[in-house]
Amino acid sequence: MKHLASSIAALVLGFIFGLGLIVSGMVDPANVKRFLDVTGQTYGAWRPQLLAVLGAGMMVTTMIYLVAKRRKHPLVEAGFHWPHATAIDRQLTVGSALFGAGWALAGYCPGPALVAVGSFSSDAVIFVVAMAAGGFLQHFLQHQLAAH
Amino acid sequence: MIDSHWAPWLNAVIGGSLIGLASGGLMLFNGRIAGISGIFHQTVAGSREAWRWMFLVGLVLAGVVAVLLYPSVLPAVSTASPATGGALKVMAAGLLVGFGTRMASGCTSGHGVCGLARFSLRSLAAVVTFLTIGILVTFLIGVVGGRA
Repeated sequence: MKHLASSIAALVLGFIFGLGLIVSGMVDPANVKRFLDVTGQTYGAWRPQLLAVLGAGMMVTTMIYLVAKRRKHPLVEAGFHWPHATAIDRQLTVGSALFGAGWALAGYCPGPALVAVGSFSSDAVIFVVAMAAGGFLQHFLQHQLAAH
Repeated sequence: MIDSHWAPWLNAVIGGSLIGLASGGLMLFNGRIAGISGIFHQTVAGSREAWRWMFLVGLVLAGVVAVLLYPSVLPAVSTASPATGGALKVMAAGLLVGFGTRMASGCTSGHGVCGLARFSLRSLAAVVTFLTIGILVTFLIGVVGGRA
């Protein structure tokens, strides 16, 4: 029963997340590209609105996290999985830099790309397949390096 | 009355709040960080935990529902569209995003929304990095190729 509740909660929350990405304009790559174009040199004019997406998303999440932190366990699972990593290392910065470059190139980050797969965008399908491949490649190289 | 100048800001705040509701909700209900790149990479690598699959299905489903009920809210993006700039570019971007997000253990959702909501310095470093590089690459696209 707990297992079913967990699945239903995740499904509904994923759906709400997707709706948020659509309503906010994050799913439109042209919007994202213009957001990153702060000088307006590349696409004509800066669209700063996506800053408000991050701001509002963060604030609402902070409030719900405060509620969650007062609880012993989550509503439909056994325990909380708060991240423990704190290191600001090359892994984090180089990875984030590569992500930023890809984000600027196509105007997609992972969430919006997955939503756009649902709306039959052929570009999004190509992007998501490549994204899976990129993840595998990174994992493989990491293990190769660790083995030597 | 909301004039057209404020409409994108309102959409950003409403959409961002929905994203926050889902991100906070995934911790409150499932005890998990709503990091889409992490959920995606774990799933394609063979995770059998149902909540990951269900969250991704919810995301994609939002795209399906939106395109069937309100096709006008989603951009008509095909490979030929100037919004993304061709299949090869989209593929390269997907590889970079997949590689980078797996290396940095997070993207706009995990480090952006959830990380900042936990006041994580590590996530702040990631956000500053991918935003800076995203802005820089966008600028360079303008310098090199006009409206690429």
